Amino acid sequence: MGAVGEEDVILAFRAIGALTLPASTADEVAAALHRFSREGVPVIFITEAAARLAPEAVSRYEQTPDTAVIPIPGIRGSDGYGAQRVRDNVIKAIGADILVHQDRNEG
Amino acid sequence: MAVLRVNPTRMELTSMKRRLVTARRGHKLLKDKRDELVRRFIRLVRENDALRREVEAQLEAALKDFALARAVMEPGALRQALMYPARQAQITVGRRSILSVRVPEYAMDQESLTRVRLPYGMAETSAQLDNAITTMAEVMPRLIELAEVEKTASLLADEIQKTRRRVNALEYVMIPQFEETIRFITMKLEENERGALTRLMKVKEMIKDRAT
Repeated sequence: MGAVGEEDVILAFRAIGALTLPASTADEVAAALHRFSREGVPVIFITEAAARLAPEAVSRYEQTPDTAVIPIPGIRGSDGYGAQRVRDNVIKAIGADILVHQDRNEG
Repeated sequence: MAVLRVNPTRMELTSMKRRLVTARRGHKLLKDKRDELVRRFIRLVRENDALRREVEAQLEAALKDFALARAVMEPGALRQALMYPARQAQITVGRRSILSVRVPEYAMDQESLTRVRLPYGMAETSAQLDNAITTMAEVMPRLIELAEVEKTASLLADEIQKTRRRVNALEYVMIPQFEETIRFITMKLEENERGALTRLMKVKEMIKDRAT
């Protein structure tokens, strides 16, 4: 299990035994994802802020069946990136957003 | 729809008919596959949505705890305390097959699930940090579950997209093409037959004329 993102967040993951790589630029995020993926880490948690920095890298490692890249909210809470990804999946598969979101206008 | 470029012969006609039957059967099977995938996907993605909200809320709370713990400690001391994690968060990856889509199954090692050990001594660290780490450890199984569900949903979405393309290609391209080609060959053969028939009649007439 790995964690990529801001120092504040990943330190918490390190405390429970995850491998962590701090990343605050697009290059760092891409490099961190690459390294984890090469080392065969099956689940990589990435903070939403970091995921937004390097969308290409995230989607690239997302496509591989052996690596799951999961966005998690940062210390200031979720900015909707993760939820948006779930919805994108739905739209890709079905062609329309069928999830009901009452709190869509939040944040 | 364009007719395939084939020789209008009986042999081609038979082979076209056979291909049409295969295409129809494939189309039906793929359509069933697509429908079943979509059914499972919808169920899964609802679960994904709910789980994500829940985990995001929990994690946010845990991270806030952690930030609080950081605030009352020296940064250096904190880093030092966490330098060597006492527990390894090991995930074992299994494989499951949903309609021959291979999806992962994650399981945390029992040890890392049940035992919450703190990687440092009592001195120099705050009680808040202990609490924060315990909360984080509690969120962990849910996070892993979210990872599994979300990865599965995304793999299924890919597969649905692929299957839908295949279904549409068969339904709107391949099958009409075969039908058109079969019609073309049949027409051509019938035309040839009529031609031959008229020729025969003509020849017969000419022979009759010569006889009289």
